[in-house]
Amino acid sequence: MKKVYGSAAEALDGLLTDGMLIAAGGFGLCGIPELLIDAIVESGVKDLTVASNNCGVDGFGLGKLLDTKQIRKMMSSYVGENAEFMRQYLSGELELEFNPQGTLAERMRAGGCGIPGFYTKTGVGTVIAEGKEVKTWDGQDYILEEGIFADLSIVKAWKADDTGNAIFRKTARNFNPPAAMCGKVCVMEVEEIVPRGSIDPDHIHLPGIYVNRIIQGQHEKRIEQRTVRKREEA
Amino acid sequence: MPWDRNQMAARAAEELEDGMYVNLGIGIPTLVANYVGDKDITLQSENGMLGMGPFPYEGEEDPDLINAGKQTITELPRTSYFDSATSFGMIRGGKIAAAILGAMEVAENGDLANWMIPGKLVKGMGGAMDLVAGVGKVVVVMDHTNKHGDSKVLKECTLPLTGKGVVDRIITNLGVLDVVEGGLKIVQLADGVTEKELRAATEATIVG
Repeated sequence: MKKVYGSAAEALDGLLTDGMLIAAGGFGLCGIPELLIDAIVESGVKDLTVASNNCGVDGFGLGKLLDTKQIRKMMSSYVGENAEFMRQYLSGELELEFNPQGTLAERMRAGGCGIPGFYTKTGVGTVIAEGKEVKTWDGQDYILEEGIFADLSIVKAWKADDTGNAIFRKTARNFNPPAAMCGKVCVMEVEEIVPRGSIDPDHIHLPGIYVNRIIQGQHEKRIEQRTVRKREEA
Repeated sequence: MPWDRNQMAARAAEELEDGMYVNLGIGIPTLVANYVGDKDITLQSENGMLGMGPFPYEGEEDPDLINAGKQTITELPRTSYFDSATSFGMIRGGKIAAAILGAMEVAENGDLANWMIPGKLVKGMGGAMDLVAGVGKVVVVMDHTNKHGDSKVLKECTLPLTGKGVVDRIITNLGVLDVVEGGLKIVQLADGVTEKELRAATEATIVG
């Protein structure tokens, strides 16, 4: 069982095909698989459908795949940080499927758990419910949402051992575990590959069973909204 | 004088009770955190955190620690982190006692519109649809009228909905209204605002 690869390009070798569905972890620019995204840009694979809460910003994260027009469709909850996204969407070059944030996360989790559909009250009575089956329990309507079964998952963790047992750091966990779970193959990038046993087994956030390939690398970890408070005078 | 942003936030903070887990939206709702006083409130950030702390001091920003508005924040001794599926599980599962959110329009039946203006920039609903469908109590904080002076408290929403029949209480610069059978009920007038003024600024049916 060799999961550790030398580079993002090596880790993605043989996994990329035109028209595939990729689930990506991250929220905004926090916890995004930036090294794997760069390698996908380099690969030139096209007509991608990407399930990701956001689509990066202009020129960074998934925004890079917009600049090269490799994405055909996004499945997201919020895309407001990206002018190129709006331009491609309004001109009809890019398809967009809005998902409420919790529905998107649960669709990934469900797909990873072998659950093809589930009912939720989120979006009932809104445009999100259009065309979806409605079922009523105790007088409350619920709509049917489908699990996401991705061809490939790309995620980012803080540390992992060489078997893929991973821990995330603070809010960089976000969509990474459910995104990792829902792919046929999952490639994970980490800040540090650590020896087996150095992560307490009780503290592992994502068991290595969900991870097929691992790379270690340097991350830019760009901040989207830098907000601070003044230090009180002593 | 109608309430200003801070007075609206202070009034909204009165909705919170000791021990509550609460989600605050972006804008005026964010200011509510400044007015909770001695109450033991735990703030949720729906990207995956309970126990959200204040903004960091300059130089202590952490790119791995942001709120749902993508702003850098800090943790507290009580903080816990979890993935987004777990986060929305607690929202959908009714574990979050209240959400305080901004709005573009609210209707007398509790319909809420706050995510999209057709023909203009479409950014997305983020977690708003999950929150209004799942949390115990939905409190809207907003100006009573838009910049053209038109009422935002309507008989029916004109914009695409975030949720249907989800709003419990509306706090505006003019006062406080509850969604009840048949329309809205005036709970409180802002300081110096008359009932006549509030009624004139409200398109929705006011009952009682």
